[in-house]
Amino acid sequence: MSEPVHNGRDDDKHARGTELRGDPQGADDAPQVETLPLDAWHRARGGRMVDFAGYHMPIQYEGIMAEHGWTREHAGLFDVSHMGQLVFTGAGADAALEAVLPGDVTGLSEGRMRYSLLLNDGGGILDDLMVTRLPASHAFEDVEGPALYMVVNGATKWDDLGYLREALPDAITINHLDERALLALQGPEAVTALARLVPGVDRLVFMTAGAFDWQGAGLWISRSGYTGEDGFEISLPAASAEAFAEALCGEPEVKPIGLGARDSLRLEAGLPLYGHDLDAETTPVAADLGFALSKRRREAADFAGAERILAERETGPIAKRVGLIVEGRQPVREGAAVLDDEGSEIGRVTSGGFAPSLGSPVAMAYVPLALAEPGTVITLNQRGKVHRGTVTPMPFIPHRYVRKGATA
Amino acid sequence: MTRYFTTEHEWIDVDGTSATVGITDYAQGQLGDIVFVETPEAGKTLSKGDDAAVVESVKAASDVYAPVSGEVTEGNAALADDSSLVNSDPEGEGWFFRLTLSDESELDGLMDAAAYKSFVASL
Repeated sequence: MSEPVHNGRDDDKHARGTELRGDPQGADDAPQVETLPLDAWHRARGGRMVDFAGYHMPIQYEGIMAEHGWTREHAGLFDVSHMGQLVFTGAGADAALEAVLPGDVTGLSEGRMRYSLLLNDGGGILDDLMVTRLPASHAFEDVEGPALYMVVNGATKWDDLGYLREALPDAITINHLDERALLALQGPEAVTALARLVPGVDRLVFMTAGAFDWQGAGLWISRSGYTGEDGFEISLPAASAEAFAEALCGEPEVKPIGLGARDSLRLEAGLPLYGHDLDAETTPVAADLGFALSKRRREAADFAGAERILAERETGPIAKRVGLIVEGRQPVREGAAVLDDEGSEIGRVTSGGFAPSLGSPVAMAYVPLALAEPGTVITLNQRGKVHRGTVTPMPFIPHRYVRKGATA
Repeated sequence: MTRYFTTEHEWIDVDGTSATVGITDYAQGQLGDIVFVETPEAGKTLSKGDDAAVVESVKAASDVYAPVSGEVTEGNAALADDSSLVNSDPEGEGWFFRLTLSDESELDGLMDAAAYKSFVASL
């Protein structure tokens, strides 16, 4: 039997056909893999550890299907401490950040957050991220004055830091909060469980955030996530992470969840993954992330890559990211080709797998604009075998965010 | 009947020249939740080391190699309807395919249950 080969870019070193080794983290002389604050806790909880984005991280505990289902029905605790947490301070930090992002940052009120993108001059996506304006009272030590908080992808954080140091004026200070852990608690019962430990979190609504305290530890909590479910992301000091994770998992609604289910949950939710569905060759229009371009910024045309991106908005991109429900039971994964009637490759699957909540394989793919309409049947080729997928609006599973004005 | 094991985490039950092939409990545990299995059709001739079957978990696709050479007599049709049999009963109902051995000497280098157990323990 061979080593699994379609886990994505972190498994590039595994050629198809190598034998299955006992421990996926192996003894390769790979680059140094670092340890996150909850490492020992994951191992004690039975997490199967793999190398991901340069860190040892749990891929699963009891199994991806069970963890996926638990998160959709109850509450799953994810360790996402590999992600980059940045704080920007200095006069005019909001305007300076706005100059490097295509969204509205100066208009963001305190405790509100926004999805945005780092773009290159050609309009390609360097990273996707969340940016929040911090109120005067926040949880971050050693941060003085007006500030913005940003969470970026783990695999890209060092490149992002380099890019931002270069792009931002000297008056703006970038604080990399590498002494803080980041947890996500996701699922319909997340609010019940978290509010028992941290009273008041139920007052947050989707895409808002605030400062809280747990046993003297300063928490910064947002109501956001990457599963399509209601839930929270919690930044806290590394020293408190284990006790807090243990306390959360002491609540009957909560179980720890690995990266495997995180991927299947975000795929069902139609949320793109950087390095797979998004990269420096992809524009926000092609990626169907037009909502990240604010109207004011589009009118001003003053962001990186504006010329190409605005032209694509007018004429349409060459290819567009779509969702596919795949016929049959066999997953069609990243790297599979999209074929035209003559059998020529005209696109690529960028994420794919079995969707546990749908009971069917699904995928995200870039297809020519003419084939991007829902209902279009797409021909796919994976390792010489032809599959068919139907273009389907995403999310595959409806989002269940708790928005402002909604009654709980 | 004799059961052999391979370093590729397959088991082979041999009865005369007839062999049944599956993956071990250790292998299914490493793969996790299995959502799809493709088995070879009867009549297919396999040489030792050929790709014989595909097993897909939620997370990844893996090949199952022919551990010995021979002609396939049957793929396990039950796996098309319920691939989770590989998780629940990997060394029984979750078998992959049967074949007629073409070279019994290929069995010589394989492990017995005790040897396979120590092999897994050494990983």
